[in-house]
Amino acid sequence: MPAHAVEIRGLRKAYRDVVAVNDLELTVHAGECFGLLGPNGAGKTTTIEICEGLTQPDQGDVRILGERWGGRRTNPGLRRRLGISLQETQFPDKLTVGETLQLFRSFYPRPQPLEEILKAVELGEKRRGRVGQLSGGQKQRLALACALVADPELFFLDEPTTGLDPQSRRQIWDLIEGVKQAGRTVVITTHYMDEAQRLCDRVAIVDHGKVIGLGTPRELINSLGAQHVIEFRVGAATELSDADLLALDGARTVRRRDGAYLLESAHAHRTVPALLGFLSARELALEELGTHSATLEDVFVHLTGRMLRDA
Amino acid sequence: MPDDRRWADRPLVQLTLMRAREFFREPEAVFWTVLFPILMTTGLGLAFRSKPAEAGRVAVLGSAPEAEAVAARLRSSALDVAVLDDSAAARELRAGKVALLIVPQPGAAVEYRFDNTRPDAVVARRVVDDLLQKSSGRTDPVSVRETLIREPGSRYVDFVVPGLLGMSLLGSGVWGTGFPIVDSRRRRLLKRLIATPMPKSGYLFSLVISRIVVLVIEAGALLVFARLVFGVPFRGSLVGLGLICLLGALAFGALGLLVASRARTLEGASALMNLSMVPMWVMSGIFFSSTRFPALFQPFVQALPLTAVNDALRANMLEGATLTQIAPELGIVTAWLVFCFFAALALFRWQ
Repeated sequence: MPAHAVEIRGLRKAYRDVVAVNDLELTVHAGECFGLLGPNGAGKTTTIEICEGLTQPDQGDVRILGERWGGRRTNPGLRRRLGISLQETQFPDKLTVGETLQLFRSFYPRPQPLEEILKAVELGEKRRGRVGQLSGGQKQRLALACALVADPELFFLDEPTTGLDPQSRRQIWDLIEGVKQAGRTVVITTHYMDEAQRLCDRVAIVDHGKVIGLGTPRELINSLGAQHVIEFRVGAATELSDADLLALDGARTVRRRDGAYLLESAHAHRTVPALLGFLSARELALEELGTHSATLEDVFVHLTGRMLRDA
Repeated sequence: MPDDRRWADRPLVQLTLMRAREFFREPEAVFWTVLFPILMTTGLGLAFRSKPAEAGRVAVLGSAPEAEAVAARLRSSALDVAVLDDSAAARELRAGKVALLIVPQPGAAVEYRFDNTRPDAVVARRVVDDLLQKSSGRTDPVSVRETLIREPGSRYVDFVVPGLLGMSLLGSGVWGTGFPIVDSRRRRLLKRLIATPMPKSGYLFSLVISRIVVLVIEAGALLVFARLVFGVPFRGSLVGLGLICLLGALAFGALGLLVASRARTLEGASALMNLSMVPMWVMSGIFFSSTRFPALFQPFVQALPLTAVNDALRANMLEGATLTQIAPELGIVTAWLVFCFFAALALFRWQ
């Protein structure tokens, strides 16, 4: 097995005059769970569909498990080694769960036994139920089951939990954890930073078709130089200067959002008392105070100046 | 690669099963494909029962001289005769409620007002004229004896069953092939399928096989029904009939494939399907002979695949024509099949 499950060099794809992927470079190691994190429209889906051999790139070199897609992108030998879940596939409503999986099993020479697949995605009870009757989470687990049928080496999962309730998301996460435990490589796209932080060994932050940050979630967060974010609000019509705030012990950066201040700090236990002292010395009323550990969301905001969810 | 899978685990079998399940679990699809042609046959067979040409209702203009006397002379026969005033007569004649208006004139003269494009009006004019002339003393120099012949094969129901069969093959071929493809594309299922190692030929052949299965059911049901209930004749070979149906079903299926080769929405596909089918519904001789269209249109009318299928079906069923005799029609259908199939392959998009 080649050491690199996915290698992308100089990838470019434009739709008419919209550049979806702009000179993107990526390497995914065999056996890791790799996340493409970015807002909607960042080029995640285009990138993953080029990897899946469903979209023809304009430029660039893409190697999947050491192979290139042919000009007609059929390559059944390579397809047998991939497990794919697309964004928003609707399986036929009139078929049962069991029938749908039998259909997908028939495409592979050595598929997994049906019972095992059903057990893995916890759909055993729904085997004879129509797909049209399933809940959103169950449908998404069926989509993952279709990716699992041939026990592939490499999974491409495009937004597997978008639009699901928290419990269904956790079920999907457990499923993906299981695949990771089995030593398979997983490439996942998401615009949920908590999902990337929890599941991924490494994350590429993608914006406007480019990788703007790359590393383990911890590395990316550490790159902020600040482990904590202190969010506070003071009485109206009071403007605090950046210089004053940055002079506080441990403060690294200051941002403002909707009238609140976001102070990134390396040591919250020193910065918070300093902030309180600073405010009381000026007799300013503190209206709101909160701290949280820095997340990938903060990394994205730091890199782009925008929030992930409203980018 | 050696393949030791059971036959039921082959892609072709599973893809065909998918189509069959989607079809048979959709009651409306079964209704439109199987029951609708039978209901149409029943309705048309009952509405156009073979019966003697009728004169319809006639009227005498009441304000004319001798109106009541003329009406009395006509009433002695089986005719339905009314005496109407001027406005009622004009209204009913215009509405077609009376086929013929008789206006007696002064002296031994009469005027007939009628529309000579209406068959019942023409019959009424002849019957009324005969009655008036004979009751006024005309004698016919030639003696006439009538022998009536009513044979299965020349009735309207015999004409319309092959037409309805052709129409049904067209509808289920275009709709039954095109709709599932566009629906699968819209649902991104096609894209998901080609992301697997599924052989694309398997997908294509599953379409062909399910088309043939549905054909056997729809054509079989309609023909058995027409035979048992209306005694529609089968004068040609059943093998030949089967071959015409098969070729027609495949050609219309290929047309459906072509229509669905790019469409992403059901609305867009419906428009294309109707656009491709409406000219044939009108011109291809389902309910009346396609030869009724002016000579200028005939090259176009005759080149339509449904015209060829309907002509071939009628030649086989009603005239007992052999395959050689309907070779030109089969040639036209085959040409459509080949053209649509390869055009569809060239244009087809999986996403």
